[in-house]
Amino acid sequence: MEHYNMNLNLKVWRQKNKNTKGTFKLYRVENISSEMSFLEMFDVLNEQLIKDGESPVAFDHDCREGICGSCSMYINGKPHGPWQANTTCQLHMRAFKDGDTIVVEPWRADAFPVIKDLMVDRSAFDRIIQAGGYVSVNTGNAVDGNTLPIEKQKADDAFAAAMCIGCGACVAACKNSSAMLFLSAKVSHLALLPQGAPERTTRVQNMVAQMDKEGFGSCTNTGACEATCPKEISITNIARLNSEYIAASFAD
Amino acid sequence: MLNSKIPAGNLEKKWEDYKGHCKLVNPANKRKLEVIVVGTGLAGASAAASLGELGYKVKAFCFQDSPRRAHSIAAQGGINAAKNYQNDGDSVFRLFYDTIKGGDYRAREANVHRLAEVSVNIIDQCVAQGVPFAREYGGLLSNRSFGGTQVQRTFYAAGQTGQQLLIGAYQALERQVALGNVKMYSRHEMHEVVKIDGKARGIIARDLVSGNLEKHFGHAVLLCTGGYGNVFYLSTNAMGSNVTAAWKAHRQGALFSNPCFTQIHPTCIPVSGDHQSKLTLMSESLRNDGRIWVPKNLNETRKAVDIPEEERDYYLERRYPAFGNLVPRDVASRAAKERCDAGYGVGTSKQAVYLDYAAAILRYGNIEVGKQGLENVSQEAVIAMGKEVVKEKYGNLFDMYAKITGEDPYEVPMRIYPAVHYTMGGLWVDYELQTTVPGLYALGEANFSEHGANRLGASALMQGLADGYFVIPYTIGNYLADEIYSTGLDTNHAAFEEAEKAVLGRIEKLMSIKGTQTVESFHKRLGKIIWDKCGMARSADGLKQAIAEVQALKKEFWSDLRIPGEINEMNPELDKANRVADFIELGELMCVDALSRNESCGGHFREEYQTEDGEALRDDENFMYVASWEFKGEHNWELHKEELKYEVIKPSQRNYK
Repeated sequence: MEHYNMNLNLKVWRQKNKNTKGTFKLYRVENISSEMSFLEMFDVLNEQLIKDGESPVAFDHDCREGICGSCSMYINGKPHGPWQANTTCQLHMRAFKDGDTIVVEPWRADAFPVIKDLMVDRSAFDRIIQAGGYVSVNTGNAVDGNTLPIEKQKADDAFAAAMCIGCGACVAACKNSSAMLFLSAKVSHLALLPQGAPERTTRVQNMVAQMDKEGFGSCTNTGACEATCPKEISITNIARLNSEYIAASFAD
Repeated sequence: MLNSKIPAGNLEKKWEDYKGHCKLVNPANKRKLEVIVVGTGLAGASAAASLGELGYKVKAFCFQDSPRRAHSIAAQGGINAAKNYQNDGDSVFRLFYDTIKGGDYRAREANVHRLAEVSVNIIDQCVAQGVPFAREYGGLLSNRSFGGTQVQRTFYAAGQTGQQLLIGAYQALERQVALGNVKMYSRHEMHEVVKIDGKARGIIARDLVSGNLEKHFGHAVLLCTGGYGNVFYLSTNAMGSNVTAAWKAHRQGALFSNPCFTQIHPTCIPVSGDHQSKLTLMSESLRNDGRIWVPKNLNETRKAVDIPEEERDYYLERRYPAFGNLVPRDVASRAAKERCDAGYGVGTSKQAVYLDYAAAILRYGNIEVGKQGLENVSQEAVIAMGKEVVKEKYGNLFDMYAKITGEDPYEVPMRIYPAVHYTMGGLWVDYELQTTVPGLYALGEANFSEHGANRLGASALMQGLADGYFVIPYTIGNYLADEIYSTGLDTNHAAFEEAEKAVLGRIEKLMSIKGTQTVESFHKRLGKIIWDKCGMARSADGLKQAIAEVQALKKEFWSDLRIPGEINEMNPELDKANRVADFIELGELMCVDALSRNESCGGHFREEYQTEDGEALRDDENFMYVASWEFKGEHNWELHKEELKYEVIKPSQRNYK
């Protein structure tokens, strides 16, 4: 792999806190190695800003391995940037070339208010899980794990849905700021497994009601969520969610 | 001074006897008892959920924006349990034995046996929660092997086992939040333990969004705050992982044990440059099928694929025929370092070895050919089928490698090198997981207890969940049963006022330095000192230098640090400064501990103490103890020793040959 260095112009959203108005600011970073991750490039920018007596850019990040779901930058009009099936922390600078201008914004959604700069409040996702995203089984109640064989295909499908990292890219990508992909991933994960069956009806109803309450928009099937999801959660989960929801309303 | 409170009786009966005799709290009283849980990884989330289910009033804290993001989520390979589903000779005793041996005989027998016992319950609990473990075609749970064992006892969910287990615990936690049994405080960091009459009675926390300090009362405080690997700056830990909560507890009187026992994981992506902010692990599960090698020739310039088989040195298979590529982590890391130091390393930095999947791809391809009954299959077709199988098993890991390095691991061998991954040391706890401060508990990686001087793969998840789901719900009752008489205590007590003032004073002091150097630059320098002199190999001279260097760094930190912004706002630089200040103090203690342990064991390798063929040389006569350090003031600690008594296992020179 050929390594190279580059100079870049960054157009970054700056916002002091949720009560103030934000604006774009222009920065220049130099000698950025193609081997750096996108967040390491931001580390360089921040060190530079601190040295210059300016306030560094606040952004969420933690594991930097693409699994915790903290990072959340909207890069050149795409959540997590140009690479497919990727998070911001795993985006590497070889995706860019010398002289590029990169525009970086926070997730934009009413249900995700900006806390500072590129950092948003995604606690609405936690409240959706609180509404029913679990199996009600207290510690100590379980029987032996192998007394409940699960068809491999179903287990694999449940796992594919459970891979969601709750980053919110699906919401940021959606023109309606819908949380349907996030919600459907959890509903599917649990609906596909026998453990989830007893609460199947109430779960989907309560979680959908909570999603609406949080101010997420509706789904119009544009598929932008699936295209941007770092874990490639399939939009077929939304179809499953819809059928679960319809079935639940008949069960009432 | 140290009473480990290990129950009397036969090893295999201790836990059962304890459970049968510990004090209980009736449901009406549980509602009046408040428990604070700091950290929401596997240990914290499982403890908070389980205590909430029992009816205690729980407050849980995490610095991340959601409890689901705790660093347990990044664990890849799997979780051990003595289920013996594979009929390959596993048992509770064997898991217990492997863990003690893997830890190089520096862990407590009673704790480890309990861990092995409850390991089977963990799998059942997680399955009941809907954790999607890997399954076989018959619908039953699948297993794989991990280092340091000869049975297949590791349960997994592709390369995301930690994520799936944490989401299971997180969902159980959110359920308790919905039921009102747990109150969740995200984006909060603990800054102090508050003690009243010698007992832990709460914490001072900082709301990271507003910057405000908060007082929280609890009849007991549980620290589930993970390890301190980030003292090295570069590690596989998340950026936010820190020692602050444990360190505050230490300064408040909790002993800190075996801080020099740190785990260097053999298979990580090598450092690529000065800009590097963290290192990425390639799961140990890759050693199941991958073969590790370096060229036999010094100054080899050919590409890996052009080096013929007979000119490759599969050094783990050569040195350790019985365990081969599946030797424990400390052994594998040292062997990689030995080859690189001798000049056989690969890649531009020469600080890497190959992890090769070519043979596994071919083997799996041929198995597929056999399964499908195909004949006259071309080599290319066999390789293509093999790649599919490898993709299903390890796809996400291979993708991650490709994204970070820009190389395709299906075509060329991966380059790997050891990196800091886990810390076996931590707060001293007794059998009940209580620290030396009454009412203050430490669970999971934050305590020192189960892994001795080296942790085996897939055992961290097991310990975190064992502590949270199955140990603390019993042991905390034994303490809280007497706390029902402690009425009238709350945050109005003067102790809270004083603690808050002290925390604010320290934050103001940090902000007022207004020097020239950034937190990051100090952290990098600290990491380099500790990695060079208290990393994979240590010596008395190096450690003495390191102590002097860390002390000097501390002075410089407190006189030339620059933190931008204000106290009362979201200020990530201030958050980092608070953490790095604690890492600097811990770094010194790690070196002090490493210097005082004149032997090699597990991850602690003192160059002066090795066998003729370079293996760790233990000194059981003089060092078979837990080194527990009491904070006495600036640069001053007192050592307390807890003797380790082996009643069932006979310690021997660890042998994986």
